[in-house]
Amino acid sequence: MKKAIYFKKMTITLSGAFIAFVFLSILIKYGIINRYYTGILISFGINVILAVSLNVTTGFLGQLTLGHAGFMAVGAYCAAFISKNLVGLPDVVCFMIALTGGGLMAMLIGALVCLPTLRLKGDYLAIITLAFGEVIKNILLNLSFLGGANGYIGIPRFTDFGWTFWLAVITVLATLSLMRSRFGRVITSIRDDEIASEATGIAISRFKLLAFIFAAFFAGIAGGLYAHYMSIIEPRVFDIDKSIEILVMVVLGGMGNVPGCIIAAGVLTILPEFLRGVDNLRMLLYAIALIVIMLCKYNPNFNRLIHRWRNKLKGADRT
Amino acid sequence: MNTFSQFLMQLFNGINSGSIYALIALGYTMVYGIAKLINFAHGDIIMVGAYVCLLSINGGLPLPLAIIASIISCTVLGIMIEKIAYKPLRNASRITLLITAIGISYLLQSSFQLIFSSNSRPFPDIINLPPLIIGDITIAGKYYVTIIISVILMTVLQLFVKKTKTGKAMRAVSEDQGAAMLMGINIDKTIAITFGIGSALAAIAGILYCASYPIVSPYIGAMPGIRAFIAAVLGGIGSIPGAVLGGFVLGIIEALTKAYISSQLSDAIVFSVLILILVFKPSGILGQNAKEKV
Repeated sequence: MKKAIYFKKMTITLSGAFIAFVFLSILIKYGIINRYYTGILISFGINVILAVSLNVTTGFLGQLTLGHAGFMAVGAYCAAFISKNLVGLPDVVCFMIALTGGGLMAMLIGALVCLPTLRLKGDYLAIITLAFGEVIKNILLNLSFLGGANGYIGIPRFTDFGWTFWLAVITVLATLSLMRSRFGRVITSIRDDEIASEATGIAISRFKLLAFIFAAFFAGIAGGLYAHYMSIIEPRVFDIDKSIEILVMVVLGGMGNVPGCIIAAGVLTILPEFLRGVDNLRMLLYAIALIVIMLCKYNPNFNRLIHRWRNKLKGADRT
Repeated sequence: MNTFSQFLMQLFNGINSGSIYALIALGYTMVYGIAKLINFAHGDIIMVGAYVCLLSINGGLPLPLAIIASIISCTVLGIMIEKIAYKPLRNASRITLLITAIGISYLLQSSFQLIFSSNSRPFPDIINLPPLIIGDITIAGKYYVTIIISVILMTVLQLFVKKTKTGKAMRAVSEDQGAAMLMGINIDKTIAITFGIGSALAAIAGILYCASYPIVSPYIGAMPGIRAFIAAVLGGIGSIPGAVLGGFVLGIIEALTKAYISSQLSDAIVFSVLILILVFKPSGILGQNAKEKV
């Protein structure tokens, strides 16, 4: 019975996504959404993949990580390397192989990062993931066959709206259904109480590792999309600021809340674009917004206000 | 000059930058010990300190007054940040605090960029003492001044924390806030003092840093900030001798890798050392293991 409801929900979501896709594609085809706005939509999709995948480790598993951009970098460089060196195949196949390769490589690096860090938690985990992210960036800066500090250029522009849209949908659905499964319940139990879940016989390390490589895989995919959208990538892009940007999306959207994450990714993609008119104020406004949002989020009076509004809205629905 | 004295010169380079890192790391470690917060804005307080010092010197103030102005403004800034941004979040989750700290860091950087533009300005040569010559090693004046000042400050801080009543209060609050409150310690005041001391040290570190690398821009805080943060973790975050040790170890490793391995890989090596130490001794060199309670 429950399964039937689940499949019904899934079908509704998928058909909703399909309608949205057809609608947006038509708008793009007839130039109603111009190239600039299409670009914003693509970055939105990439950010959704990044935020939703980070939500698995930070939101559901409850481990604060500051190195997500590092996995993205691995995925981006690996995918770009594959698609540049794989000639003679049709574009679609080549891009598919490149993205999968990027994702798998990020997964491998994710496992390598995760294994020694399994026993760390809290702030120390944040620090060590930050350090890993920086090490990855610095290694990429020194690899001359990947362009080094000058950037890796001449990557074919395979990424378009369709690829980004469907990969984002796949990421969201995969995360949602995974979190509904036994695996999802296990990792949320680790978040809520590690000792208690260990006592009930859960192999904590194994599930932590699985959550990490799941997140790393999708970060790698997002990196691959990014590389084939920009056609030039630099190691500098994937620094700690990028990791923080993704983390902010997760915190803003709500830890362990996938729809919230998608909305936050949208807001944080569109907001900077709107502020482009006041370019020198952009960073300042972003910083103020961050601080104010965090202060409001924890302010009891503000929360009471929101609660009252919500109740009022619900009351209005009933009458 | 033979290889050994060259090695000694590099060692001195390392001790010089290490003592600056140690001064900054003290701020990180004290704030972490007491508020359990990785204060990402700490690096930018260094930048503010350097700017205030530069502007007061350019405005015609004599050097000692400029240094005092810089220390006072950083202390006030540190306490203000704590009151406005961190105090309302004292019981919030760690991640909320962390992101607020990052927000403050961005805020300081971007507001200074708006006011003073992102162009870097030259910092005057404020320490012009004769170099110290031992055998065939020459140690520039600013180097030994930096080292001496840092060592004095660290000793004073250690004595302050160990011997005075306020220092005792600080240690008590970092150990158990609830119990400290029951003993009649004013927690708000103690935390504010901690932020103040940390920021004052950051101001001095900022001036010393700019004396060694004479350029000021809104972004100079990031590099020494992150290095000092690594140093604090390396030594065991929350421990004052640990921060000093971590700072010197980090400075020496950095100088030696730059001289003998590769200057481009020095960042990667520094971070790898951090990873190795955290993997084998998760609480840092001098950190205490936290017991896990059920």
